[in-house]
Amino acid sequence: MLGRASLSAAPEIDGVRSAPQEITRRRAFWRAEWFLFLLFVAPNLLLFGIFSYWPMISNLYLSLVRWDMISPVKTFVGSANYAYLFNDNEFRMVLRNSAVFTVGAVGGSLLLGLATALLLNQKLRWRNGARAVLFAPTLLSGAAIGIVWVYIFDPRFGLLARLLGGIGISSPSWLTDPAWALPAVIIVYVWKNVGFSTVIYLAGLQAIPQDLYEAARVDGAGVLWRFRSVTLPMLSPITFFLVITALLNSFQAFDIIKVMTEGGPVDATNTLIYYVYEQGFVAYNAGRAAAAALVLFAIMFAITLFQLRYAEERVHYA
Amino acid sequence: MRRGGSSLGLGQVVSYALMALAVAIIGLPLLWMLLGSLKTNQEIYTLPPQWLPTEWRWENFGEAWNAAPFGQFYLNSIITTLAGTGLELVNATMTAYAFAFLRFPKKEWVFVLLLAALMIPNQVTILPNYLTLSDVFGQSWINTYQGIVLPGAATAFGAFLLRQSFLGLPREVLDAAKVDGCGHLRLLWDMVIPLSRPVLVTFGLISLVAKWNDYLWPLIVTNTQQMRTLTVGLTYLFDQEGNTDWGVVMAASMFVIVPLLVIFAWAQRHIIEGIAAGATKG
Repeated sequence: MLGRASLSAAPEIDGVRSAPQEITRRRAFWRAEWFLFLLFVAPNLLLFGIFSYWPMISNLYLSLVRWDMISPVKTFVGSANYAYLFNDNEFRMVLRNSAVFTVGAVGGSLLLGLATALLLNQKLRWRNGARAVLFAPTLLSGAAIGIVWVYIFDPRFGLLARLLGGIGISSPSWLTDPAWALPAVIIVYVWKNVGFSTVIYLAGLQAIPQDLYEAARVDGAGVLWRFRSVTLPMLSPITFFLVITALLNSFQAFDIIKVMTEGGPVDATNTLIYYVYEQGFVAYNAGRAAAAALVLFAIMFAITLFQLRYAEERVHYA
Repeated sequence: MRRGGSSLGLGQVVSYALMALAVAIIGLPLLWMLLGSLKTNQEIYTLPPQWLPTEWRWENFGEAWNAAPFGQFYLNSIITTLAGTGLELVNATMTAYAFAFLRFPKKEWVFVLLLAALMIPNQVTILPNYLTLSDVFGQSWINTYQGIVLPGAATAFGAFLLRQSFLGLPREVLDAAKVDGCGHLRLLWDMVIPLSRPVLVTFGLISLVAKWNDYLWPLIVTNTQQMRTLTVGLTYLFDQEGNTDWGVVMAASMFVIVPLLVIFAWAQRHIIEGIAAGATKG
């Protein structure tokens, strides 16, 4: 009797020998757990449904109409918004700016991040303090930082004018000169975000086993050769992670640009995200804003897919 | 050997110099903000610009505070940041617990739904979300706290981060609790959450920083001065035509920045190491 009871409690037992009510009891138990699962994930998924999935469908629809966001009528125009964007000189400029901004922002913060990480990986006093200072700007509001830098860039009364004046160079009109405005916002972006790369690279450097360096030294490898044959390859997963993260972040950089230049002068700093905002909430051109938002999404989606494809062996999700 | 020793010394001097340079490049703009916030307007507009104010003008802070309703901005920022961070933490914890410890058929489908959400950045959804919130069953949620908070209240990143950490908890302890007749709610509240405190704090801080600094969404979903958050409200003082009272504006910028600097100074180790560990473990 005892043996039968313990057997029927085991989930693997075949249904023939178990009492029917035991199966129903077990099923009810499973159902309770499924219900709890749904209950736990429901708020998150519901919010995503309303504020992430639905907007993508809505964006797709809006990108096919002409609408000023006020009138009750939306005119269906098919692919006209997309056709407009890709034949429009301003939008071409926007794509070019986004590309330049991204390359500058990602390249700058990664290269300087690696350089500072190599520096701080040495046994120096106060290096933890230096790391904290370098990291601090990544936590600060882009809007506030942007405003501070407008003052710094002031061609007559700013900090940079002061420093450049010290070595006899006159400051360019950073934010009002179309040639200098984009470099200026890239500088601010790199200044603000370099500390993130520093911290991640530093953690990566500290994880490299020392015996690899010893082995290379025994083989007679010099400093540069050790860097090329040990450090860089060992850092490549981290570099990959940083490139992807920085790419995605730089495509979303809005606050700095809005505060410092409002996309100007003459569209010199108008990037994709700023263009979406401007078309939607300044020009009230919902169709174009939605189409541009989907272009932005397509680019970021491609980057993410690329990441998932190549990070598979490193990242384990389900 | 002696040559090696002395060149090491030289190398170290260069290293310290470079470290000082890096710290200066990052630190000087912040110092310039601080010093600017203490200068008179007259002093700011003299040539050549000076580093130190001749008289320290603390009144800039009072003037900035009164130039726009900063008390209200602070209140709005604190309410929306705490609510947003709290909801993200709750959502992340519950979803992570469900994925780590609860059985469900077709779990991987739900997982893909979550992964898809990770790929849709907020910036792409601003226009539809504005339209959704301007008509919630006939009511407008523009200029409301729920309008600012709700679109950012869900999190896929947090759910993945916490799930990973929950799966690393000692299995025997959790099983022992289950044998003792501990239900899932008790298990979550009494065991999983206390045992996961470090990762919860890290994620909470990441979320808090993002909410406090958020600019694009509050800019769009509010249009009255009463409902602006600090980051958006700050720009009221800022005259893009070039007649800016920089002393007052720098003081106002400090209103936005200083709370986070204080948190950072207090939890510096935790934030940096948490972020580095999250990234390098992947």
